[in-house]
Amino acid sequence: MFDISSSRRGFLKGGAVVVGFSLLPQAAQLLAQTGTQEKSVNLDQVDGFLAIDKTGQVTVFSGKVDLGTGVETALAQMAAEELDVAIERITIIQGDTALTPDQGTTYGSMSITNGGLQIRQAAATARQALIAKAAVRLKVGIDHLQVTNGVISTAPGAPGLSYGELVGGDQLNLPIATNVVLKDAMQYRSIGKSAARRDIPPKVTGDFTYMQDFKVPEMLHARVIRPPAMGATLISVDEASVKDIPGLLKVVREGNFLAVVGKTEWSAIQATKTLSASWTNWTGLPEQEKLWEHVRATPVTNTEVSSKLGDTGAALRSAHRTLKSTYDFAIHTHGSIGPSCAIAQFKDGDLTCWTASQGTHALRRQLAVMFKLDPKNVRAIYLEGAGCYGRNGHEDAAADAALLAKIMNKPVRVQWMRADEHGWDPKGPPTLIDMQAGFDADNHLTAWQSDFFVPDGKPGTVALIAADLSDMPHEDFISPGGVMGNSGIPYRFANILTQGHRLANTPFRPAWIRSPGRMQNTFANESFLDEIAAVEGIDPMTIRLKSIDPTDLRGAEVLQRLATISKWQAGAYPRPAGTDETVRGRGLAYVKYDLSKTYVAMVADVEVNRKTGKILARKFYVTHDCGLVINPDGTRNQIEGCIVQTLSRTLREELKFDQSTVTSRDWASYPILTFPEVPEIEIELIERPTEPPLGVGEIAAAVVCAAVGNAVFDATGVRLRSIPFTEAKVLAALGHTASTSV
Amino acid sequence: MSQSLSLVVNQKTVTVEVDDPNMPLLYALRDELGFHGPKFGCGLGQCGACTVLLNGEALRSCLMPVSAVVGSSVTTLEGLAEGDALHPLQQAFIDEQAVQCGYCINGMIIQSAALLRRNPTPSDEQIRQELANNLCKCGTHVRILRAVKRASESMQGGQHV
Repeated sequence: MFDISSSRRGFLKGGAVVVGFSLLPQAAQLLAQTGTQEKSVNLDQVDGFLAIDKTGQVTVFSGKVDLGTGVETALAQMAAEELDVAIERITIIQGDTALTPDQGTTYGSMSITNGGLQIRQAAATARQALIAKAAVRLKVGIDHLQVTNGVISTAPGAPGLSYGELVGGDQLNLPIATNVVLKDAMQYRSIGKSAARRDIPPKVTGDFTYMQDFKVPEMLHARVIRPPAMGATLISVDEASVKDIPGLLKVVREGNFLAVVGKTEWSAIQATKTLSASWTNWTGLPEQEKLWEHVRATPVTNTEVSSKLGDTGAALRSAHRTLKSTYDFAIHTHGSIGPSCAIAQFKDGDLTCWTASQGTHALRRQLAVMFKLDPKNVRAIYLEGAGCYGRNGHEDAAADAALLAKIMNKPVRVQWMRADEHGWDPKGPPTLIDMQAGFDADNHLTAWQSDFFVPDGKPGTVALIAADLSDMPHEDFISPGGVMGNSGIPYRFANILTQGHRLANTPFRPAWIRSPGRMQNTFANESFLDEIAAVEGIDPMTIRLKSIDPTDLRGAEVLQRLATISKWQAGAYPRPAGTDETVRGRGLAYVKYDLSKTYVAMVADVEVNRKTGKILARKFYVTHDCGLVINPDGTRNQIEGCIVQTLSRTLREELKFDQSTVTSRDWASYPILTFPEVPEIEIELIERPTEPPLGVGEIAAAVVCAAVGNAVFDATGVRLRSIPFTEAKVLAALGHTASTSV
Repeated sequence: MSQSLSLVVNQKTVTVEVDDPNMPLLYALRDELGFHGPKFGCGLGQCGACTVLLNGEALRSCLMPVSAVVGSSVTTLEGLAEGDALHPLQQAFIDEQAVQCGYCINGMIIQSAALLRRNPTPSDEQIRQELANNLCKCGTHVRILRAVKRASESMQGGQHV
């Protein structure tokens, strides 16, 4: 059992500390009470990231968190590698603002690339310093020493000194040497192996403590009651309407923030159903059927050119033939299977918050602003929630809990209900993209132009709902994420212009959902390249290989290897569309993520039922080069997840709303892909152990929409330019073709 | 007025105090009895995260009133293993690394346990149909299907409830 007293002493004297993962909540709670300012959270100090106790157990303090991706195991592998200790001796503490350095929010597939590198450097610095220390004590040169599972000696099994002895229960007191030599790829023992994920056994037995499972003593249960129309004002509340609910303690009203707090979850849930409240009407949302007119009419704050080559305007004006297409991508919700949840507690003016936030340090700053506290008086502690694919509702639940904890003067747990999650998590904004191409008299492409209509905004944080509704301090800007990513193309044409028209607003509070902007932009770019291929009469693989930047050898290899595994047949394009009720086709898409990261190419084989309009994706082939692979099976798991999740977004997902609020409030009104429609997936991982790791978590998601759309074109001869590809849209497109034969 | 209900959960008789006999079983399991295997996902019977076995059949515990299961046998994820021996499904999910966030996995395992009890050798299509109303948003489906198949194969010749 966890020895609280020794750990507490360890912290109080500033020494090393080790806490077991499953016991983290208790430890975290204790530490919140005792204060932990002595634990370094400096990004440039080894102690920020590492502690080694007297027995040689290693604790890694990671600001990047595991969102269900397996990154905890991968980070342990990286630390084990540089320290030369068994992975079992490593415990990872994640996203605790009092204990872990601020490595930035966990997004953008950067946990291994950036976060893992910092941990490797800290571990390598520690290893080097401990070898130097051992050399002095053993009176041998450092060149004669090696490390075997945390023991430094002249040879395996020879008398030596363990890390635990050398550190002696102290801190390491070392600056991280950013030029420290990391282990050579030839020497890897842990990196590159498919280590079993450490979180899976407790997850299949029910022993794992998710955020939603965590409890603290004297905790109360709350539910929020959001305005029935999103911009409505609360007029009155009839507290008598809930007076008979056993266990209900309080109806909380702060401006337009309304919540109920009880002794039990059920008391709070019943109160949300029973409470009588009066709100103003509000109809500030656009009509859904006119969404794209609304987006096009939204004022543009600035136009941001993301790539420019030659003179596209002149080339288009002088083109023998031009091609114009408009693509659109629906509003999506995150759809985490577990609705957002948080617990907060105020004690002696200090706020502690347990949260599944992807960015506890950023949340801490937001909560400090909201409650006018110094950030040092706020502590946010990460506990894994249900799958997190971006900035969902967790931060908002944290703010709800904090506001209620302050009012109740007790720890409060807030659990959003399904309708809260679907209705109020930040949305992936609607995206509209105009594409243009110019051709010469021989139908060769001379000019490419993409115009992306995407929300403007500042990077960073998304305003907290509770702060907004209660009129407490909060951000006054929107933050859609890096939505210009992948707007530039990985191809060389004589004239290229890609630009974002940044919109002053968007109907719903926006934020980033897995592959934000990149998914939408790549959908348009890679679908439109297929349209160009059809004009040029060149098959989609050949046009990509012909057009790819000739210096981009890795990109070309990804495509060539995809051609091999998918048995791609080059030839005339488009192929004649089938006329049977069920027709088959295959589509291709490729991206070099953000033009600087992982390379991924994908072939989708689909069936389309021309009578029902239903698309069934049968098989995906993927080639993926992310440089160094830390955990191949973990990487495959993420790629598979990218494909199935994005297939759901491609075929099914679309947020529905009226002019007052979101009407997709459950899984019936926001359907997602289910087991009967799950495709087969074949992946070729291209591992490059001597190259830097470039990211995995969201890369493959970017190419799915275009691969599927291009396959539908191959099967049917009709081009789908609007996500999701619903049966109704497929039927409409087929009907259009039959009557006008475009 | 609080009342006392006697339930059989994971083959043990336990007592819960409830204010409302219509409170769904899920909250009794999670909050009163400390079983975290079943999860709150939608409260609407749409996603399957809350699934338990009731007399061996899969049940959405977020909808079933706690008072309605008095006299029945409830099995949660925590009750699948026999001592230290994991249920073949649990072992297969580990062997296939068939988890991403894992929040839906309770439902996947419990629903599949009900299937294998009824049909020890399901076809791939039968597995897909059985899990058609269990939602996963991470996209772990391919591995989950493999894990259920693997468990079914590992149970051939063996005996397991």
